[in-house]
Amino acid sequence: MTSGTFLGIPRRHRHEESPLRGETSFPKAAKTALANDQLRRNLKHATGTIRAKRALVVNEMPDWEQLRDAGAAVKTDVMARMPELLEQFEAKVIERGGVVHWAADAAEANAIVTELVRAQGVSEVIKVKSMATQEIGLNEYLEEQGIAAVETDLAELIVQLGHDKPSHILVPAIHRNRTEVRDIFLSEMTGVVEGLTDEPKQLAMAARSYLRAKFLSAKVAISGTNFGIAETGTVGVVESEGNGRMCVTLPETLITVMGIEKLLPRFEDLEVFLQLLPRSSTGERMNPYTSLWTGVTPGDGPQNFHIVLLDNGRTNALADQVGRAALHCIRCSACLNVCPVYERTGGHAYGSVYPGPIGAVLTPQLTGITGHDDPSASLPYASSLCGACYDVCPVKIPIPDLLVELRARAVDADRSRTIPGGWDAAMRAAAWVMSDAKRFAAVEKTLAVGRLVAGPDKLISTLPPPGSAWTRTRDMPAPPKQTFRQWWKESHPEGSIARSADPADTEQKDGHR
Amino acid sequence: MSSREVVLGRIRAALAADTDAPPPVPRDYVRVGADAPGTEPVLEQMIDRLVDYKAIVDRVPAGEAAALGDAVAAALSKAGARSVVVPSDLPADLVDASGRDERVVVADGRPSVLTPTELDGVDAVVTTAQVAIAISGTIVLDGKAGQGRRAISLVPDFHLIVLHADQVVSTVPEAIARLDPIAPLTMIAGPSATSDIELERVEGVHGPRTLHVLIVG
Ligand code: SF4
Repeated sequence: MTSGTFLGIPRRHRHEESPLRGETSFPKAAKTALANDQLRRNLKHATGTIRAKRALVVNEMPDWEQLRDAGAAVKTDVMARMPELLEQFEAKVIERGGVVHWAADAAEANAIVTELVRAQGVSEVIKVKSMATQEIGLNEYLEEQGIAAVETDLAELIVQLGHDKPSHILVPAIHRNRTEVRDIFLSEMTGVVEGLTDEPKQLAMAARSYLRAKFLSAKVAISGTNFGIAETGTVGVVESEGNGRMCVTLPETLITVMGIEKLLPRFEDLEVFLQLLPRSSTGERMNPYTSLWTGVTPGDGPQNFHIVLLDNGRTNALADQVGRAALHCIRCSACLNVCPVYERTGGHAYGSVYPGPIGAVLTPQLTGITGHDDPSASLPYASSLCGACYDVCPVKIPIPDLLVELRARAVDADRSRTIPGGWDAAMRAAAWVMSDAKRFAAVEKTLAVGRLVAGPDKLISTLPPPGSAWTRTRDMPAPPKQTFRQWWKESHPEGSIARSADPADTEQKDGHR
Repeated sequence: MSSREVVLGRIRAALAADTDAPPPVPRDYVRVGADAPGTEPVLEQMIDRLVDYKAIVDRVPAGEAAALGDAVAAALSKAGARSVVVPSDLPADLVDASGRDERVVVADGRPSVLTPTELDGVDAVVTTAQVAIAISGTIVLDGKAGQGRRAISLVPDFHLIVLHADQVVSTVPEAIARLDPIAPLTMIAGPSATSDIELERVEGVHGPRTLHVLIVG
């Protein structure tokens, strides 16, 4: 299959390795994660805490909905005017003494960064936590080239020293508890004091002294950016610990990797996003530190500034309505924390550096898909479609709608294949049942059987296949005593005014004729 | 073809089918607060937010140069600071106050700047600020008079900021309007902090572990 729509998602031809893609499908990976009680406890605590904090600081904003509307509109504007805004941004950065590079894919971005680091003659660089550099596997690439990239965000450092992968956009080491962190520090960190306890305060101070020497001597730093402002060429990093300020301020050379969708048209737009982002992300009114810089400022900060504008699948996504909507994402991670699926499986199950609800949409859009066996193809099903992710999204990305659309495309694509996939069969069966009132009524009656299978707690905990795929990992509520249609019939006797509003009844009559 | 042309070409192709102009951005969020900059409700909110972030806040009556000097000296002494870095254009009265109690004062800037390692050897830093935002307890430094390079307010462990009441605005849009986009900006909301280990908040990771704010007026 080389042309035509498959899943309605960009086609991918090669099975290249990428931190964007998983190796196993979501259901398989989730099964392993669900079996890990410790992980589930950590996640429940973490997501619950951040959810509560966010709700508190969002509720105190009388104009939250207006800010969301403005945020969404700004992003729509960015997507529509991307070429002109990128060119404007580029011109402004150059005008202010910066150097702009363009990278069509991960390989190119990695090569550009490596060359820039080499030109400074160093074999170690410091890094600010950044999704864009994770997405291109920059650290691994630099390591192959003999350059050590030291993560300076505490959580990223824990992940890096633990030879692990991040599991959350905001708090990447959330799957680790304090004892694990101490063990990692003791075995991997040089110069750690004897008798390090697992007190978070002690652990943070150990990281402080470990990193301070690196901050003070580093010649090159690499960062991502939260915003790139077209009007002024300004870029910014939003953070808490001060490691970001260290990286973007102290070294002589700063290399910033920016996804092309991170644009904001005007400096003024910061007033919207500097309100939406911290409250949605960490649940704070404002994060402790935000650094904004424009090119080079003589006598203050890095005197060589390079920015790498990264495509890496973003233009694929832009060409598709679902993908374009997903590109609005400002990576606040609010949707992860409210997602019942994420809360139980954690980030690793998604296989991508972008986990959770937004990852389920964005990942397949960025990577493209080779077919059903592609791990990215299973991601649109990693959702209960409860809608919580949309409610918290600061830029109003309709994630549930996008997931439904992707699922529908999968079904459509299957329809044209000679051997139907599982979903196709199920959906066709459902369509056959639902398109005929009598069949639908017959199926409804069988639902009552479900109540017999269920125990006294009204939960069904074991079902034969295909229901077992669901009940293996959670209980299924027993079907209600009555279906809606049964209830309607009983409570609306013949001749009542609402009768004609029930089209199914009309059809039944037609059938009797 | 350069990658620049490749990427821009792909974007243009991706957008080719679109003809509709995007709708205008609605800006009916709160732009200007109910209370004017520097008024009592605004200052109260600012202080409340700062304290919530574990910053230390003191108020100093306006127009009393002696009181401000005393407050600066007292804050530095209380923090146990024996050396302090100041921007070379910090007002003279603040420099004098910083040097009380036999503290060593180092001016950064003209004629020379301190290396990161030298800065690391200094206990405290005193700066002014450009603007502060009450709704989110944020103080913005832009490197203009009295604020110095970004590095000096980052490396020492104790940061003392002198803020004038009329610099405290209510909302984020009011603050953004007062900023020079080209200047390197640092927004500070409380001292450095992390919650990366089991979400337990720890103050002071890499930036100053203590933030002390003096509000004049
Ligand atoms: S999709 Fe929305 S809620 Fe989720 S990370 Fe992106 S901006 Fe935040």
